[in-house]
Amino acid sequence: MAKRPSRQRSGVGRRITATLGRALWWTAAVFGLPFGLLALWWVLSADSQTFYLPPLSEILASFDDVWLRSDRLRADVLPSLLRLAAGFLLAVVVGVGLGVLIGSFRRVRAFCEPVLEFLRAVPPPVLVPVLMLFAGFGNTMKVLVVLSGCVWPILLNTVEGVRAVDEVLTETCRCYGIRGPARLWHLVVRSASPQIVTGLRQALSVGIILMVISEMFAANNGLGYTITQFQRTFAVTDMWTGILLLGLLGFLLAMLLRLFERSALRWYFGLRQSQRDDGQR
Amino acid sequence: MTRAATAAPPAATAPAPAGRSGGTGRPRGGNALLGLLGFAAFLLVLEAVPRLGLVSANYLPPTSEIAVALGELLGEPRFWTAVTDTLRGWFLGLAIAVALGVLVGFALGTVPVLREFTASTVEFLRPIPSVALIPLAVLLFGTDLRSVLLLVVYAAFWQVLVQVLYGVRDVDPVARDTAYTFGLGRWARIRHLLWPTALPYLLTGVRLAAAVALILAITAELIIGAPGLGNEINRAQSGGAVDSMYALIIVTGLLGVAVNVLARQLERAVLSWHPSVRAEGTR
Amino acid sequence: MNPTDLPQDGTGPLLDVRALRKVYTGRGRSVEAVRDLTFAVGAGELVCVVGPSGAGKTTLLKCIAGLLPPTSGDLVLEGAPVQGPPPGMAVVFQEYGRSLFPWMTVQQNVELPLKQKKSLTRPRRQELVRDALAAVGLGDVPGAYPWQLSGGMQQRVALARAVAYEPHILLMDEPFAAVDAQTRADLEDLVRSLWQRLGVTILFVTHDIDEAVYLGQRVLVLSGSPTVVLDDVAIDLPAERDQLGTRSSARFGELRAQVFGQIQRAKRGWSASAGQQSRAEEDAAGPEPTDSPVGTR
Repeated sequence: MAKRPSRQRSGVGRRITATLGRALWWTAAVFGLPFGLLALWWVLSADSQTFYLPPLSEILASFDDVWLRSDRLRADVLPSLLRLAAGFLLAVVVGVGLGVLIGSFRRVRAFCEPVLEFLRAVPPPVLVPVLMLFAGFGNTMKVLVVLSGCVWPILLNTVEGVRAVDEVLTETCRCYGIRGPARLWHLVVRSASPQIVTGLRQALSVGIILMVISEMFAANNGLGYTITQFQRTFAVTDMWTGILLLGLLGFLLAMLLRLFERSALRWYFGLRQSQRDDGQR
Repeated sequence: MTRAATAAPPAATAPAPAGRSGGTGRPRGGNALLGLLGFAAFLLVLEAVPRLGLVSANYLPPTSEIAVALGELLGEPRFWTAVTDTLRGWFLGLAIAVALGVLVGFALGTVPVLREFTASTVEFLRPIPSVALIPLAVLLFGTDLRSVLLLVVYAAFWQVLVQVLYGVRDVDPVARDTAYTFGLGRWARIRHLLWPTALPYLLTGVRLAAAVALILAITAELIIGAPGLGNEINRAQSGGAVDSMYALIIVTGLLGVAVNVLARQLERAVLSWHPSVRAEGTR
Repeated sequence: MNPTDLPQDGTGPLLDVRALRKVYTGRGRSVEAVRDLTFAVGAGELVCVVGPSGAGKTTLLKCIAGLLPPTSGDLVLEGAPVQGPPPGMAVVFQEYGRSLFPWMTVQQNVELPLKQKKSLTRPRRQELVRDALAAVGLGDVPGAYPWQLSGGMQQRVALARAVAYEPHILLMDEPFAAVDAQTRADLEDLVRSLWQRLGVTILFVTHDIDEAVYLGQRVLVLSGSPTVVLDDVAIDLPAERDQLGTRSSARFGELRAQVFGQIQRAKRGWSASAGQQSRAEEDAAGPEPTDSPVGTR
């Protein structure tokens, strides 16, 4: 990717310089802009008198107090994350399970498709009022909200993945007597896994949104609740720390999923790369 | 084959492993009938469950009652104002996001250095949940349309940008070399090489962004209280008008379906006009 | 054809195909892919099935493998009628790239079918995998993924998987049609040597006359679709064959010419009956991979 003009020099020295140069370049490329932007924000907001846009220095200074030195990590962040995790994992179980079922049988798929198309198109946040009716204001409601939003991308992507299972592999399994759970895992789920992971990625971003929203509606703890409280009490600096924390969490969770994807789909990226190479030959 | 799948982690459309096609495409008429049956069954179950007392009708009114409420809504000017408000927020937000996404995407995509230096920032900003901006929007703009736009644009922008970046990256190296050999200028290259290659990706981005934009528009109305369908749902819920609430939710679902269908139609229409893209797409 | 031509060893045929017929129906039209096939394969034989492209060879093989139910006729393997994939059978498909699980290593690919055999102990299973990989010359890459290997090596993995399964009969559906000529020659010799060492019965389907004559003890010549057996040629070449000597021998040329003549006749006959030459060429691209020229390479 990084192609830079390298000056003509000789031997080892040149190679070391080149390696060093590449490392420096990479570091600059990765960290340059983010830190540049932060610095810009810092400088521009330094003398900010606008009530809603406090200086970044203040925000960062109070981040520590608001989140780390208080009980909020345990009392607010943890419950939020647990609810997200519960809803997300349930959605994985339900979505992959139903997706495999629906994707495996053409008739079932045809039967369910229009209903699924409709349910998927309902914006998940509008289900919050509905689920509040059924499950009140407690944790159950919030987990259900996350579940109800996360399940569709996982389900629909799983159906797509299962549909696309290679015929030759299916026949191979039949010939070699690979049936039942072994077939389900080694053939169906594994071959649908790239699509399933795509579904997980979509579900995660929906899930975080719903986690926050369900807490903005009705809660007495959680990230969404706390941030809304800050906003309502005009604790603007604290609110900004909350926005930063939420952004950070979104990023970290996405990274976590990326790590999982890298290991679970190593074969898939390798396969695709080899097909690309073949195509270019 | 899904075009979006050609580039690394595709944003949404499920990547079909290249060269492994599924055995699909059998009688369509029978499928449509089955689908209709499925929908009828779905409605019947929703009608039966409260009638049989499995779930209290206070929580889930029978389908027929929801249908009646929906009929009443359709006669109210207030409802249509709400629909218009929601669609305005959706459309303006989407338009701004697409314009920004295309501009930024092409700028970053065509200049390798820029692209390299912005990659990490894009990766960092993209997963930030747009709802994190809700408190800020409330403080800055109140229940104004601008609150809705802030959320919608933020959420939809990344969908477009990322797809455009994939698209620009997908330019055939041979074609690029050819373009250089013939001394095509920067604009000619964008016009004849980048744009046609990136167009299918852009349209995928628009489709994804359209869905996300609708979700965020309604969310903003629901949480912030900006005028629109989301706000109406909130009112119906707090007013105890459960059947209207369900009717409104159904309307949002229908809007969602309409947005998906429209976006797909747009995709198909534009791509069918585009011979170069088509030839590539069938590869 | 005459069953007494078979080299009998007293036990009767391992595989018996009688009056096999397969008609595909769908969307209001039906296609008769196989009209009337009758032949038998004795235990330990290596029989090649050759026929023009579009001759329903793949259909025949899928019926024998129990993947497709025949429209009529009998399929008997080891005295039992074939209904679904029989346990003592292994299949090597043409699409080497698609018949291996890309998410499994070479070793896992070979081992997976064995894990379904509950009677195998873990050490025995691993021994089988190791031996099979060594037998196809892949003893040194058990941890690699199939897509890291060349096409020929991938097909070796598929062969190893079949061999490790310890089948009584091995079906091969144009297994080498998609690899380059040099690799193909190596793989052909590999099949011969595996057959001689393991004593497994092999039914090898190909569109390539040279390959059929070089590999087989017998060559069944099929007609164009709808398919019947045109000829059953005994290949009286010496058991020890090598690519250079055998292929340049006079007897090889004669046998090749005999089979080639049959196939040409089959093509002519069928085209005449179908009426349109061009239609025939088009349809030939149907179930078979390509309209690769029958005969010399």
